[in-house]
Amino acid sequence: MRLTVSHVTRYRYATPIRQVVQSHRLTPSRFAGQRTLDWKVEVEGGRFSQPFTDGAGDTIRTMSMHGAVEAVDIHVTGTVDTVDLVGVLKDHRECIAPGVYLRTTRATRPDAALRKLAAKAVSGIPETARLDRAHAMAAAVADGIVYAPGETHAHTTAAEALALALGVCQDHTHALIACAVSVGIPGRYVSGYLFASADGVAHEASHAWAELHIEGLGWVGFDAANRCSPDERYIRLGSGIDSVAAAPIRGVSFGRANEDLDVTVAVTAVQQ
Amino acid sequence: MYDGETVRAPYLDLAGWVSDMPPDLLDLKRAEADALFRRIGITFAVYGEGGDPERLIPFDIFPRVFTAHEWRRLERGVKQRAQALNAFLRDVYGRAEIVRAGRIPAERIFQNAAYEPAVVGIQPPRGIYSHIVGVDIVRTGPTDFFVLEDNCRTPSGVSYMLENREIMMRMFPDLFQRNRVEPVDDYPNQLRRTLMSVAPESCKGGPTVVLLTPGSLNSAYYEHSFLADQMGVELVEGQDLFVDGDHVYMRTTMGPKRVDVIYRRIDDDFLDPLCFRPDSMLGVPGLLNVYRAGNVAIASAPGAGVADDKAIYTYVPEMIRFYLGEEPVLANVPTWQCGNPDDLAYVLGNLSDLVVKEVHGSGGYGMLVGPAATREEVEAYARRIRANPSEFIAQPTLSLSTTPTYVESGLAPRHVDLRPYCLVGERIHLCAGGLTRVALREGSLVVNSSQGGGVKDTWVLAD
Repeated sequence: MRLTVSHVTRYRYATPIRQVVQSHRLTPSRFAGQRTLDWKVEVEGGRFSQPFTDGAGDTIRTMSMHGAVEAVDIHVTGTVDTVDLVGVLKDHRECIAPGVYLRTTRATRPDAALRKLAAKAVSGIPETARLDRAHAMAAAVADGIVYAPGETHAHTTAAEALALALGVCQDHTHALIACAVSVGIPGRYVSGYLFASADGVAHEASHAWAELHIEGLGWVGFDAANRCSPDERYIRLGSGIDSVAAAPIRGVSFGRANEDLDVTVAVTAVQQ
Repeated sequence: MYDGETVRAPYLDLAGWVSDMPPDLLDLKRAEADALFRRIGITFAVYGEGGDPERLIPFDIFPRVFTAHEWRRLERGVKQRAQALNAFLRDVYGRAEIVRAGRIPAERIFQNAAYEPAVVGIQPPRGIYSHIVGVDIVRTGPTDFFVLEDNCRTPSGVSYMLENREIMMRMFPDLFQRNRVEPVDDYPNQLRRTLMSVAPESCKGGPTVVLLTPGSLNSAYYEHSFLADQMGVELVEGQDLFVDGDHVYMRTTMGPKRVDVIYRRIDDDFLDPLCFRPDSMLGVPGLLNVYRAGNVAIASAPGAGVADDKAIYTYVPEMIRFYLGEEPVLANVPTWQCGNPDDLAYVLGNLSDLVVKEVHGSGGYGMLVGPAATREEVEAYARRIRANPSEFIAQPTLSLSTTPTYVESGLAPRHVDLRPYCLVGERIHLCAGGLTRVALREGSLVVNSSQGGGVKDTWVLAD
């Protein structure tokens, strides 16, 4: 499938600030499931560093602006060809040991309820059938947290979302990582885009899902929010131990400012 | 100092010096030393106690002495360790061969909070992660030295080594005429050379080095400003640096100046809010990107802490064999990992004979010295261990060597340890001296200044 992305992030500052520095993870991953035809990240007045690849295989760039900054407009546009690999992250170059992703953070720490959810989901499935266990946990998370925008926020933890039984893709992803780690399967957070109007239902085009490490297969994606594995409708940007670490844009602004954030994302399929 | 009843050779001259000195002159000299320290302003902030947080570390005028022969062995041992620790860091942020070879369990490294996934696959300049290695050593017999712990991040205390010597030379110049003591005052110069030697390859001309401090509220701020001053480099806080494009710059009155090497005295967590703790106000946003792109050197390198974690310490002799193909010159203290069920059972059964420490603790805080603890203290500590065993390690109580020390009643033996400072850059250099810490309370084995320890000048005699 050929997908085009138009992703605009606008920061507006009520009073001009003296410096903005951001770390961008806004370049599609290189793996067998996707091939980038063209891709541009532009910020008017912004200065970009040379890109580098980190140990997780993500392409990272620094963007800085100095002087009286009133607004930062980040325009991401591009075209990517995708194929369905049923979630398997094939031919992706990275060098972080999967064992690192057995660690948890505040967002992904399993509490008793998450542990119980995971244990119940995998009961009866042999420990060696890791893929089956992963699918069972993804389904359990989807059942346990109903999609409900606006009920949770950026700092909601997996445990809090499960207690609420409501959340968005970030919460599903944190919860699935927490479950996986609690049964000894490494899990991580993936940021990307989703061409979501295909099924006629509107979803956020900016998306997140989990990857779990399955021996023999490597990293495999699970989108609990949509009860599927990433296929040709997904564009993968990068990963991290949680949503903060995997964020496509990480930034700080200097100077006391009221920051106003506006994001629009459109992913469309190109007729071929 | 004594070998049975006789004074050991290196101390012979000092023994004579002491017996010749009238007692009232001695008191006068000790008061003078105190006044000098106050005037220079070396104080030390003590956490977790009321009262004046800026306290003077007691200085003892009786020096600790090593012969050239003794020192050569220590030097070999410390350098060997510093090399192995750096090889280990290169390895675990690369292919992790030591894990593949089954010499260290994977989870000890990859699930260690000090292991930084953000720097996996990144080669720092010259492949050096820990540029200043402080190795804490105790002596238990004429030829028996044990390493208590390694400090690969930012070992502190080197300013005391320099100031102690300065004050001794000012007060007792004759002692230094009668004894050929190796100098230590070259350390700041050697440190600057070490830091300059790890400048990134992209740096043309003379590298710009800065010392990054968390600020004047930090307990070691005195040392930060002292070292920056002695090296002739800028002392900066996070807000003095900024990232623009590919590089990091320092704000100066002459405009931005590119920075090539950062000797940081702030923890990884606070270095860069775009990579580590998002709420850190102490660091430099974007610094880790500049570092990972190879455009600035950071000493110690982010992630170096995984090598000096107390749970990794046990494996250092194994690292020496694995990476260097040598036998360790300096032995480790036998250590029980409470995270290991067999070890835990032993530790809980023998608490009153052991020293127990928190894996991530430092500064002598939160440790248990079994033989000196009351039954209630031991029981309370046992509850803490049971609640979270993997957070604790235990070691036998060693009979540390003593050095004569001035106390209220006169000269008396007190337990000491030693922290020499090893610099790792283009070449590896061990300063001939170090920080001798002394437990001032009679019988006490805890030398940390935060726990009532003092310091002494440390002499290495020339051949």
